[in-house]
Amino acid sequence: MLARVKVIAAYPITPQTTIVEELSKFCADGRLDADFVKVESEHSAMACCIGATATGVRTFTATSSHGLLYMHEGLHWAAGARLPIVMANVNRSVGAPWSIRCDQNDSLSQRDTGWIQLYCEDNQEVMDTIVQAYKVAERVSLPCMILLEGFSLSHTTDIVEILDQELVDRYLADSQPENRLDLEDPHSFCGTCSPVPNAYFNFRYHQQKAMEEAKAVFKAADEEFHQVFGRRYGPLETYRCEEAEVVLVTSGTITSTARDTVDDLRKSGQRIGLIKIKMFRPFPSDEIAALLAPYEKVAVIDRNLSSGQGGIFAAEIKAALYNRKKRPALFGFVAGLGGMDVTPSLIEDMIRFTLENESPPADILWAA
Amino acid sequence: MNFSTPQEDYVYPGHQACPGCNAALAVRFILQVLGRNTVAVISACCWTNIGGAYPNTSLKVSSLHSLFAASAAMATGVRLGLKRQGKGETNVLVIAGDGGTFDIGLQSLSGAVERNEDFLYVCYDNEGYMNTGNQRSSATPWGAATTTTAAGNLEASIKKNILEIMAAHRIPYAATACAAFPDDLKSKVEKASRIKGSKFLHILSPCPVGWGYPTEYMVKMGRLAVDSKVFPLYEVYDGFQYNITLEPKGNPVREYLKLQNRFRYLNDDEVEWIQKNVDKEWGILTERAKIRKYIKDQDINDSVEGKYKGI
Ligand SMILES: Cc1ncc(C[n+]2csc(CCOP(=O)(O)OP(=O)(O)O)c2C)c(N)n1
Ligand code: SF4
Repeated sequence: MLARVKVIAAYPITPQTTIVEELSKFCADGRLDADFVKVESEHSAMACCIGATATGVRTFTATSSHGLLYMHEGLHWAAGARLPIVMANVNRSVGAPWSIRCDQNDSLSQRDTGWIQLYCEDNQEVMDTIVQAYKVAERVSLPCMILLEGFSLSHTTDIVEILDQELVDRYLADSQPENRLDLEDPHSFCGTCSPVPNAYFNFRYHQQKAMEEAKAVFKAADEEFHQVFGRRYGPLETYRCEEAEVVLVTSGTITSTARDTVDDLRKSGQRIGLIKIKMFRPFPSDEIAALLAPYEKVAVIDRNLSSGQGGIFAAEIKAALYNRKKRPALFGFVAGLGGMDVTPSLIEDMIRFTLENESPPADILWAA
Repeated sequence: MNFSTPQEDYVYPGHQACPGCNAALAVRFILQVLGRNTVAVISACCWTNIGGAYPNTSLKVSSLHSLFAASAAMATGVRLGLKRQGKGETNVLVIAGDGGTFDIGLQSLSGAVERNEDFLYVCYDNEGYMNTGNQRSSATPWGAATTTTAAGNLEASIKKNILEIMAAHRIPYAATACAAFPDDLKSKVEKASRIKGSKFLHILSPCPVGWGYPTEYMVKMGRLAVDSKVFPLYEVYDGFQYNITLEPKGNPVREYLKLQNRFRYLNDDEVEWIQKNVDKEWGILTERAKIRKYIKDQDINDSVEGKYKGI
């Protein structure tokens, strides 16, 4: 709303519905001057956003779980077409069997679609990040997905400071979607390039460059956000890591629980630190490797699972550390799938296990 | 009919259609009517190639190639995006094949026309999936051989009636057309461009590759399809006002079938069955068209002016 989007495409899925219902009300009572399209599927929602963004207006949609998976083709298309679509995905586990509760497998299974992915811890962060996302997406011409966890965030209320419209306008003033379908200067978009063998390769090369650039662009946008609104997040947040025996790595809402747990343990003299990952695509590999390399032990908590491999954040962090001479032992915990609670005592168990073992006995450590 | 649209071409010569392709011709005629102020949304189909390969385009209007299953949804977005920028007068034209319309794209098409989105959706129907090599689609007529309905296993279901499906949505304007009858085609595009809301054109596009006819029969094929009543030319306003726009000569269907390789496996009984079916469908259509006598010309004019829907 604050970004003054012009087209919103919506198709219902629990637990995303609260978002689109509110947006529908905003549009109905004139608080938001946008077209609210009740499309007939998520596949169409993404296609509609692609079409509208291609004309040069801001668009938004929100989905979750199977809806996101149903968009998969469109996600690739939006990124390949370099369209700065912003979408919220409410993380929810993926069937079969059906479950409406939360884990991150829906969005993480879309990690190679070329979307920027930003994971949020609380509702304030969600709001702030959506505004930042338009700035980043439009600067690098890539779509951006904001992730928030189902029910923990989508169905709880929280006091949120609504950003001042004028300040947002100013913040976003220098970034408008590039006008693409120019009627005066006709071009063809997204057509075939097969007959030109190196064309596709070039498109992908530039897409990757834009992704890499998105790291710095996000940092700058975040910094500017801080100057205007007084809050900043960063691609990574470090918390009480000084001289830590174990550094926890988390994303999303588990971070809040972990932060409290760290505080409690620090009180009782245990040196535990925490790193929260907000930016997952592009992955801040260098930053995370530099941060983690000095420690002896790292425990990654993944609310997701790449079947046949392990926790996804853990695997990505391992890859980031590979070329470092000194690197910590990395304990990869898989926890909270299908919305199972990840409690402070469970986190303490993971920490204890990490302290007691020299190295991880397996790639996946099931925490339940 | 005296038709007086400017003849400026918006499809460049040198496009990549096969010789004898009616799909290329149809879009060329359509753009002659719609003109430069048009955005084309192109589904995955032969037109993906006809439209030109990067870095070239064969179109003089802007085009956006789309997901196979969601051209109508993408066109929805394009229309809204343009409207939001004060470009409501720009024509949004969808170009899609029969596969992308009758089959995989039907959901998004149904959704979009149910919302009465303001665009002209053109389905050029070559009665098969041609871009992937002549497989059957639900537009493939009974008895036709394709690469997935080979001899001995010929297409065994009758062609889906897409116009009825569109009409059942009560959209402001739905019509059939064929590039072999350019005046009829152009006048329908002209009418459609004056109507707000969803417009649908079902264009029979004989295809020498899939149908197996010599390229010089390009126009003859379309003429025979219409004149033998296999593909009648008509229009439907608001889903119920039928209007047959060209009286067919009534040639036997056999004349049409025998020029095409895909039907050469049929025996006399089967050809006779097709003839009966064509006569039956024609009978139904003419009965529907009689509703016309209960409807005043004014009603049709109101439709054209967009007074009914989609204003
Ligand atoms: C989701 C998806 N499935 C399959 C395809 C492959 N595909 C591309 S074009 C095409 C055939 C299109 O047939 P039709 O719509 O009849 O148009 P024509 O090729 O006959 O012009 C197919 C199957 C695709 N692009 N996307
Ligand atoms: S295969 Fe048929 S429809 Fe496709 S370009 Fe060739 S002639 Fe035209």
